[in-house]
Amino acid sequence: MTEAVLSDHVKAGGARARALKGFKLGDVAFHVVTKSSAIAVLLLLGGVIVSLIHGSAPALGQFGFAFLTSQAWNPVTEQFGAAPAIYGTLVTSFLALLIAAPMGFGIAVFLTELCPHVLRRPIGVAIELLAGIPSIIYGIWGMFILAPVLQATLQPWLIAGFADVPVLNDLFAGPPYGIGIATASIILAIMILPLIASISRDVFETVPPVLKEAAYGIGCTKWEVMRSIVAPYTGVGLVGGVMLALGRALGETMAVTFVIGNAHKIHASILGPGTTISATIANEFTEADGAMYTSSLIALGLVLFIITFFVLAASRLLLARIKRQEGR
Amino acid sequence: MSKMFLRATLVAAIIGVAPALAADISGAGATFPYPIYAKWADSYKTQTGNGLNYQSIGSGGGIKQIIANTVTFGATDKPLKAEELEKNGLVQWPQVMGGIVPIINIEGVASEQLVLDGTALAKIFLGEIKTWNDPAIVKLNPNLKLSDTPIAVVHRSDGSGTTFNFTDYLAKVSADWKSKVGSDAAVEWPVGLAAKGNEGVANTVTNTKGSIGYVEYAFAKQNKIAFADLVNKDGKRVAPTMDAFQAAAANADWANAPGYYQILTNQPGEKSWPITAATFILVHKQPTDTAAVGEALKFFDWAFKNGAKEAEALDYIPMPDNVIGMIRTTWATEIKGVDGKLVFQGN
Repeated sequence: MTEAVLSDHVKAGGARARALKGFKLGDVAFHVVTKSSAIAVLLLLGGVIVSLIHGSAPALGQFGFAFLTSQAWNPVTEQFGAAPAIYGTLVTSFLALLIAAPMGFGIAVFLTELCPHVLRRPIGVAIELLAGIPSIIYGIWGMFILAPVLQATLQPWLIAGFADVPVLNDLFAGPPYGIGIATASIILAIMILPLIASISRDVFETVPPVLKEAAYGIGCTKWEVMRSIVAPYTGVGLVGGVMLALGRALGETMAVTFVIGNAHKIHASILGPGTTISATIANEFTEADGAMYTSSLIALGLVLFIITFFVLAASRLLLARIKRQEGR
Repeated sequence: MSKMFLRATLVAAIIGVAPALAADISGAGATFPYPIYAKWADSYKTQTGNGLNYQSIGSGGGIKQIIANTVTFGATDKPLKAEELEKNGLVQWPQVMGGIVPIINIEGVASEQLVLDGTALAKIFLGEIKTWNDPAIVKLNPNLKLSDTPIAVVHRSDGSGTTFNFTDYLAKVSADWKSKVGSDAAVEWPVGLAAKGNEGVANTVTNTKGSIGYVEYAFAKQNKIAFADLVNKDGKRVAPTMDAFQAAAANADWANAPGYYQILTNQPGEKSWPITAATFILVHKQPTDTAAVGEALKFFDWAFKNGAKEAEALDYIPMPDNVIGMIRTTWATEIKGVDGKLVFQGN
């Protein structure tokens, strides 16, 4: 193509070039807008981290590493330690997963494999409704209904039943307060159950029918199909669902605040009162007077941030490893 | 995470907005007298047109805020000692008194049926008495049918003047309590559940079978929660009534208490309720804003003159007349502006 021809083209297509220029401008603007949105996320995250570290510096400076291991929590003498809150956060979340994960998988298996069609919709809708209940409602319900019931039924039974069994009698030691670590775990389990159930159900539905049918064809039972075909195929998704649920359980605030008992103490018994990081912050931030008190609460926030970060990182690592194994 | 920051932002927003809304008089502190201060402020506003903004953030917060000079007055249930007042340049006086009662939730036991003495109460809160049919409790209540229901102790999760007075009483009646726990606005509780504020303790006790807690009398009365009688210093059983609170208050020797430092727990007298408490106001001796402190003193003077009826209606005990006279003298002699001019223009 010669220069002359090209310039002819340009002259002839002057309007076209302008239009193209306009498109290019639009493209650049679009690029800038989306890119800055993405950068804003990074800036926000960075801002949160910086302000958390800045806010917690006085407390961490004063107490040092002992902040993580100390059980002291005295606003009057300004001695603060995060151990009971960290312990409560991890234990309630762990117990909640222990209850909710098997139940959630069970629900999902039933819904995808065993459930008669008439029941499938009502149960599915019920799970979604359960997921939609605001956490404050769970808190009120837990405090006014669940805790008195547990105090009168399950807790005395556990205390009496395991009274003579070593180790377990410490784990289920009285008195039955109704509210406490165990009750908070049960509430958390109910709250994360729909999450686990619905993710697991979606994941189970991705299994190609041909795989299952082949297994049934060689005479496998339903249990064998679940265990040897569906479970290995969906492992990644299941772990993802559980990790998401763990993330929610770790940060859950209001419902737990109602039923955990707010005691800054580590009890051997899971029936005893305790506290979690988010419950402590929600309870005490408004009345925290004095720099050290506020700073200690912000330091608790930083600890929760780090815990959540590690849970996410661990789940990513786990997922990556499972993916690699599947690739083989 | 996001919840915490939302909360922090809200708190910041409220703190930021408050001064703009505040009337000339602003105060902060104890939750225990909040109902009566709110009532007085309301009546005062209708009569004089002057408002009062009181934030019930707890006694500890009240002390810190007045020392930081962010409010006109601070309010506390835990009086400051004379040397602390001196150090921070503060004047302190008692404004009103009230009673603290043990509240209980035992099946089949109503108000004033159960009686406890100081030793038993201390042992319950130490976790040494674990069930309601413990011999120590049965001995005090031979006519009550008590089961082996485990005792659930409920205490405050926040720093509180109510806690200060309650633990002060326990420390006075139990050497064990004094050496193991001590008394302060927040202590390291050996056992129990914690709840925020008088309201929180009242709620938790209502919902927990076999529980015992402690609240300011008005909270027990208004929420119709069963409370226990106590055995006082003279060994007599008393019920928490206005008369019993007044009997305890009458014995207090305010004249010989520097800075009005006076804790009214475990007072002698046949009719005295053992856990009675005064609640205090703190202002700066040499305020930077003399006009605001002058307005505040006008309000408290008005409350002394006209507020007794409203106080009694809410189950608080007004200060005796002779004490009010002493407080007026304190105002008229000790609170001065930078120019040396008296701030209080009463009488």
